[in-house]
Amino acid sequence: MLKRISHSFIHVLDQDAALDFYVGKLGMVVHTDADLGVMRFLTVNLPEQPDVELVLMLPGPPAYDDATAAQIRELVAKGAAGGGVIFETDDCRATYERLLTAGVEFTQEPTERFYGTDCALRDPFGNPIRFTQPPDGPVVVPPVGELETQR
Amino acid sequence: MAHTVPSWTDERAVSRRAVVGLRECRVRWRSATAAWLRARDAMDRAFAQPLQVPALARVAHVSPAHFSRQFRSTFGETPHRYLQRRRVERAMELLRETDRPVTEICFDVGFNSLGTFSRTFGAIVGEPPTAYRARFTGNGVALRIPACGAMAWLRPAG
Repeated sequence: MLKRISHSFIHVLDQDAALDFYVGKLGMVVHTDADLGVMRFLTVNLPEQPDVELVLMLPGPPAYDDATAAQIRELVAKGAAGGGVIFETDDCRATYERLLTAGVEFTQEPTERFYGTDCALRDPFGNPIRFTQPPDGPVVVPPVGELETQR
Repeated sequence: MAHTVPSWTDERAVSRRAVVGLRECRVRWRSATAAWLRARDAMDRAFAQPLQVPALARVAHVSPAHFSRQFRSTFGETPHRYLQRRRVERAMELLRETDRPVTEICFDVGFNSLGTFSRTFGAIVGEPPTAYRARFTGNGVALRIPACGAMAWLRPAG
Protein backbone atom coordinates (compact mmCIF):
# COMPACT_ATOMS: atom_id res chain seq x y z
CA MET A 1 0.00 0.00 0.00
CA LEU A 2 1.26 3.46 -0.84
CA LYS A 3 1.20 5.58 2.31
CA ARG A 4 1.94 9.18 1.49
CA ILE A 5 3.76 11.53 -0.86
CA SER A 6 7.24 12.19 0.49
CA HIS A 7 8.90 14.03 -2.44
CA SER A 8 7.68 16.13 -5.29
CA PHE A 9 9.85 17.64 -8.02
CA ILE A 10 10.11 20.98 -9.70
CA HIS A 11 12.51 22.28 -12.33
CA VAL A 12 14.46 25.39 -11.39
CA LEU A 13 16.93 27.22 -13.59
CA ASP A 14 19.47 28.09 -10.91
CA GLN A 15 19.71 26.22 -7.64
CA ASP A 16 21.29 29.07 -5.68
CA ALA A 17 18.61 31.49 -6.87
CA ALA A 18 16.05 28.80 -5.98
CA LEU A 19 17.41 28.69 -2.43
CA ASP A 20 17.26 32.48 -2.19
CA PHE A 21 13.59 32.27 -3.08
CA TYR A 22 12.25 29.09 -1.48
CA VAL A 23 14.33 29.43 1.70
CA GLY A 24 15.22 33.12 1.88
CA LYS A 25 11.81 34.47 0.90
CA LEU A 26 9.17 31.76 1.37
CA GLY A 27 10.67 30.52 4.64
CA MET A 28 11.32 26.89 3.73
CA VAL A 29 14.47 25.17 5.04
CA VAL A 30 17.10 23.08 3.31
CA HIS A 31 16.48 19.39 3.88
CA THR A 32 19.26 17.91 1.73
CA ASP A 33 22.01 19.64 -0.23
CA ALA A 34 24.19 16.91 -1.65
CA ASP A 35 26.87 17.32 -4.29
CA LEU A 36 26.66 14.03 -6.16
CA GLY A 37 29.30 15.10 -8.62
CA VAL A 38 27.11 14.76 -11.65
CA MET A 39 24.28 16.66 -10.03
CA ARG A 40 23.40 18.60 -6.92
CA PHE A 41 20.55 16.89 -5.09
CA LEU A 42 18.80 19.79 -3.42
CA THR A 43 15.58 19.49 -1.45
CA VAL A 44 13.68 21.86 0.81
CA ASN A 45 10.80 21.44 3.21
CA LEU A 46 8.51 23.56 5.35
CA PRO A 47 9.69 23.80 8.98
CA GLU A 48 6.35 22.40 10.11
CA GLN A 49 6.42 19.58 7.58
CA PRO A 50 9.89 18.02 7.72
CA ASP A 51 8.83 14.79 6.01
CA VAL A 52 7.60 16.34 2.77
CA GLU A 53 10.44 17.38 0.48
CA LEU A 54 10.35 19.55 -2.60
CA VAL A 55 13.22 18.59 -4.91
CA LEU A 56 14.69 21.57 -6.78
CA MET A 57 16.01 20.05 -9.97
CA LEU A 58 18.32 21.71 -12.45
CA PRO A 59 17.66 20.38 -15.96
CA GLY A 60 20.85 19.44 -17.77
CA PRO A 61 23.14 16.61 -18.78
CA PRO A 62 23.59 13.80 -18.14
CA ALA A 63 19.88 13.36 -17.28
CA TYR A 64 18.84 15.49 -20.26
CA ASP A 65 20.83 16.27 -23.37
CA ASP A 66 21.57 19.93 -24.05
CA ALA A 67 18.72 20.39 -26.51
CA THR A 68 16.17 18.79 -24.19
CA ALA A 69 17.41 20.82 -21.25
CA ALA A 70 17.06 23.97 -23.34
CA GLN A 71 13.45 23.01 -24.14
CA ILE A 72 12.72 22.44 -20.45
CA ARG A 73 14.22 25.79 -19.54
CA GLU A 74 12.12 27.47 -22.19
CA LEU A 75 8.91 25.83 -20.93
CA VAL A 76 9.70 26.81 -17.33
CA ALA A 77 10.32 30.40 -18.43
CA LYS A 78 7.02 30.36 -20.34
CA GLY A 79 5.18 29.21 -17.24
CA ALA A 80 4.26 26.04 -19.14
CA ALA A 81 6.44 23.38 -17.52
CA GLY A 82 3.56 21.96 -15.52
CA GLY A 83 5.25 22.09 -12.13
CA GLY A 84 4.07 24.27 -9.30
CA VAL A 85 3.32 24.37 -5.61
CA ILE A 86 0.22 25.32 -3.63
CA PHE A 87 0.85 26.05 0.03
CA GLU A 88 -1.61 26.33 2.86
CA THR A 89 -1.22 29.35 5.11
CA ASP A 90 -2.84 30.44 8.36
CA ASP A 91 -2.83 34.08 7.28
CA CYS A 92 -2.89 34.82 3.57
CA ARG A 93 -2.86 38.60 3.79
CA ALA A 94 -0.08 38.84 6.39
CA THR A 95 2.06 36.44 4.37
CA TYR A 96 1.33 38.43 1.23
CA GLU A 97 2.40 41.67 2.92
CA ARG A 98 5.58 40.11 4.25
CA LEU A 99 6.56 38.74 0.85
CA LEU A 100 5.65 41.98 -0.90
CA THR A 101 8.02 43.81 1.44
CA ALA A 102 10.67 41.22 0.62
CA GLY A 103 10.39 42.19 -3.04
CA VAL A 104 8.26 39.30 -4.31
CA GLU A 105 6.09 40.10 -7.33
CA PHE A 106 2.55 38.70 -7.26
CA THR A 107 0.38 37.65 -10.18
CA GLN A 108 -2.79 37.83 -8.10
CA GLU A 109 -3.47 39.74 -4.90
CA PRO A 110 -5.21 38.02 -1.96
CA THR A 111 -8.80 37.36 -2.96
CA GLU A 112 -11.74 35.86 -1.07
CA ARG A 113 -13.05 32.63 -2.60
CA PHE A 114 -15.55 30.09 -1.42
CA TYR A 115 -12.62 27.79 -0.67
CA GLY A 116 -10.67 30.42 1.29
CA THR A 117 -8.43 33.39 0.68
CA ASP A 118 -5.66 32.89 -1.81
CA CYS A 119 -3.13 34.69 -3.93
CA ALA A 120 -0.64 33.80 -6.63
CA LEU A 121 2.94 34.47 -7.63
CA ARG A 122 5.70 32.85 -9.61
CA ASP A 123 9.06 31.63 -8.49
CA PRO A 124 12.00 33.48 -10.12
CA PHE A 125 11.95 31.03 -13.04
CA GLY A 126 8.26 30.96 -14.02
CA ASN A 127 6.80 28.13 -11.93
CA PRO A 128 3.39 29.05 -10.49
CA ILE A 129 3.04 29.28 -6.70
CA ARG A 130 -0.14 29.86 -4.72
CA PHE A 131 -0.93 29.98 -1.06
CA THR A 132 -4.39 29.55 0.37
CA GLN A 133 -5.88 30.26 3.77
CA PRO A 134 -8.77 27.84 4.20
CA PRO A 135 -12.08 29.19 5.54
CA ASP A 136 -12.74 28.85 9.27
CA GLY A 137 -15.56 26.38 8.74
CA PRO A 138 -16.15 23.78 6.06
CA VAL A 139 -15.94 24.80 2.41
CA VAL A 140 -19.42 25.67 1.22
CA VAL A 141 -19.96 25.79 -2.53
CA PRO A 142 -22.04 28.91 -3.17
CA PRO A 143 -25.30 28.72 -5.09
CA VAL A 144 -25.58 30.26 -8.55
CA GLY A 145 -25.71 34.03 -8.35
CA GLU A 146 -23.61 34.33 -5.22
CA LEU A 147 -20.23 33.39 -6.58
CA GLU A 148 -17.54 36.00 -6.16
CA THR A 149 -16.83 37.52 -9.51
CA GLN A 150 -13.35 38.90 -9.20
CA ARG A 151 -10.11 37.10 -9.67
CA MET B 1 16.22 16.61 9.62
CA ALA B 2 18.65 18.40 7.32
CA HIS B 3 21.73 16.49 6.35
CA THR B 4 24.44 16.80 3.77
CA VAL B 5 25.84 13.87 1.86
CA PRO B 6 29.61 14.20 1.34
CA SER B 7 30.68 15.13 -2.17
CA TRP B 8 31.12 12.24 -4.54
CA THR B 9 33.22 14.29 -6.90
CA ASP B 10 36.54 12.96 -5.65
CA GLU B 11 35.52 9.32 -5.61
CA ARG B 12 33.69 9.02 -8.85
CA ALA B 13 34.54 9.91 -12.37
CA VAL B 14 32.46 12.79 -13.54
CA SER B 15 32.03 13.27 -17.22
CA ARG B 16 33.45 16.56 -18.36
CA ARG B 17 30.37 17.14 -20.47
CA ALA B 18 28.08 16.92 -17.45
CA VAL B 19 30.03 19.51 -15.53
CA VAL B 20 30.21 21.89 -18.46
CA GLY B 21 26.49 21.42 -19.01
CA LEU B 22 25.69 22.27 -15.43
CA ARG B 23 27.84 25.36 -15.56
CA GLU B 24 26.10 26.49 -18.73
CA CYS B 25 22.71 26.05 -17.08
CA ARG B 26 23.82 28.25 -14.24
CA VAL B 27 24.86 31.19 -16.36
CA ARG B 28 22.21 30.96 -19.06
CA TRP B 29 19.01 30.54 -17.06
CA ARG B 30 17.70 34.06 -17.45
CA SER B 31 15.94 33.77 -20.79
CA ALA B 32 14.10 36.55 -22.57
CA THR B 33 10.99 34.37 -22.36
CA ALA B 34 10.72 35.22 -18.65
CA ALA B 35 10.08 38.82 -19.66
CA TRP B 36 7.18 37.88 -21.99
CA LEU B 37 5.66 35.77 -19.22
CA ARG B 38 5.96 38.68 -16.80
CA ALA B 39 4.16 40.92 -19.27
CA ARG B 40 1.47 38.28 -19.85
CA ASP B 41 0.94 38.00 -16.09
CA ALA B 42 0.51 41.78 -16.01
CA MET B 43 -2.27 41.48 -18.62
CA ASP B 44 -4.02 38.74 -16.66
CA ARG B 45 -3.85 40.83 -13.50
CA ALA B 46 -5.17 44.06 -15.05
CA PHE B 47 -7.39 42.57 -17.75
CA ALA B 48 -9.96 45.37 -17.62
CA GLN B 49 -7.45 48.10 -18.30
CA PRO B 50 -6.83 49.22 -21.89
CA LEU B 51 -4.16 47.22 -23.67
CA GLN B 52 -1.01 49.30 -23.62
CA VAL B 53 1.63 47.57 -25.65
CA PRO B 54 4.22 50.31 -24.91
CA ALA B 55 3.72 49.78 -21.15
CA LEU B 56 3.93 45.99 -21.52
CA ALA B 57 7.03 46.38 -23.65
CA ARG B 58 8.57 48.37 -20.82
CA VAL B 59 7.75 45.52 -18.43
CA ALA B 60 9.62 43.22 -20.81
CA HIS B 61 12.40 45.77 -21.44
CA VAL B 62 11.99 45.77 -25.24
CA SER B 63 10.61 48.05 -27.97
CA PRO B 64 6.83 47.88 -28.63
CA ALA B 65 7.26 46.41 -32.12
CA HIS B 66 9.67 43.77 -30.86
CA PHE B 67 7.33 43.00 -27.98
CA SER B 68 4.28 42.08 -30.06
CA ARG B 69 6.32 39.97 -32.45
CA GLN B 70 8.16 38.11 -29.70
CA PHE B 71 5.03 37.62 -27.61
CA ARG B 72 3.36 35.99 -30.57
CA SER B 73 6.26 33.71 -31.32
CA THR B 74 6.42 32.68 -27.63
CA PHE B 75 2.74 32.15 -26.84
CA GLY B 76 1.24 31.60 -30.27
CA GLU B 77 -1.04 34.64 -30.38
CA THR B 78 -0.78 38.41 -30.26
CA PRO B 79 -1.01 40.28 -26.94
CA HIS B 80 -4.31 41.74 -28.18
CA ARG B 81 -5.81 38.30 -28.84
CA TYR B 82 -4.54 36.94 -25.53
CA LEU B 83 -6.18 39.79 -23.66
CA GLN B 84 -9.44 39.36 -25.60
CA ARG B 85 -9.69 35.72 -24.52
CA ARG B 86 -8.98 36.69 -20.92
CA ARG B 87 -11.74 39.30 -21.00
CA VAL B 88 -14.20 36.95 -22.67
CA GLU B 89 -13.45 34.29 -20.04
CA ARG B 90 -14.27 36.86 -17.32
CA ALA B 91 -17.44 37.86 -19.15
CA MET B 92 -18.52 34.22 -19.48
CA GLU B 93 -18.38 33.80 -15.72
CA LEU B 94 -20.29 37.01 -15.03
CA LEU B 95 -22.94 35.94 -17.53
CA ARG B 96 -23.24 32.50 -15.93
CA GLU B 97 -23.05 33.51 -12.30
CA THR B 98 -24.76 36.89 -12.05
CA ASP B 99 -27.88 38.51 -13.43
CA ARG B 100 -26.15 41.79 -14.25
CA PRO B 101 -26.95 43.44 -17.60
CA VAL B 102 -24.76 42.49 -20.55
CA THR B 103 -23.81 46.13 -21.08
CA GLU B 104 -22.43 46.41 -17.55
CA ILE B 105 -20.47 43.19 -17.93
CA CYS B 106 -19.07 44.40 -21.25
CA PHE B 107 -17.58 47.52 -19.65
CA ASP B 108 -16.51 45.69 -16.48
CA VAL B 109 -14.27 43.31 -18.37
CA GLY B 110 -12.61 46.10 -20.31
CA PHE B 111 -14.51 46.57 -23.59
CA ASN B 112 -15.36 50.12 -24.69
CA SER B 113 -18.44 49.36 -26.73
CA LEU B 114 -21.22 46.80 -26.69
CA GLY B 115 -20.76 46.25 -30.41
CA THR B 116 -17.11 45.28 -30.09
CA PHE B 117 -17.89 43.10 -27.08
CA SER B 118 -20.70 41.20 -28.80
CA ARG B 119 -18.70 40.71 -31.98
CA THR B 120 -15.61 39.52 -30.10
CA PHE B 121 -17.59 37.28 -27.75
CA GLY B 122 -19.49 35.73 -30.66
CA ALA B 123 -16.34 35.12 -32.65
CA ILE B 124 -14.59 33.40 -29.75
CA VAL B 125 -17.44 31.55 -28.05
CA GLY B 126 -19.55 30.80 -31.09
CA GLU B 127 -22.77 32.33 -29.82
CA PRO B 128 -23.91 35.78 -28.61
CA PRO B 129 -23.57 36.69 -24.89
CA THR B 130 -27.34 36.48 -24.31
CA ALA B 131 -27.58 33.01 -25.87
CA TYR B 132 -24.61 31.83 -23.81
CA ARG B 133 -26.25 33.14 -20.64
CA ALA B 134 -29.58 31.52 -21.50
CA ARG B 135 -27.96 28.10 -21.73
CA PHE B 136 -26.80 28.36 -18.11
CA THR B 137 -29.53 30.35 -16.39
CA GLY B 138 -32.06 28.32 -14.51
CA ASN B 139 -30.74 24.88 -15.39
CA GLY B 140 -28.63 24.56 -12.27
CA VAL B 141 -25.36 24.25 -14.14
CA ALA B 142 -22.58 25.81 -12.15
CA LEU B 143 -18.84 25.54 -12.44
CA ARG B 144 -17.07 25.52 -9.11
CA ILE B 145 -13.36 25.23 -9.58
CA PRO B 146 -10.52 27.19 -8.00
CA ALA B 147 -9.58 30.45 -9.64
CA CYS B 148 -6.26 29.28 -11.02
CA GLY B 149 -7.96 26.43 -12.82
CA ALA B 150 -10.71 28.67 -14.10
CA MET B 151 -8.26 31.16 -15.53
CA ALA B 152 -6.30 28.47 -17.32
CA TRP B 153 -9.00 26.04 -18.38
CA LEU B 154 -12.20 28.02 -18.79
CA ARG B 155 -10.49 30.49 -21.08
CA PRO B 156 -12.14 29.95 -24.44
CA ALA B 157 -9.88 28.40 -27.05
CA GLY B 158 -8.32 30.71 -29.59
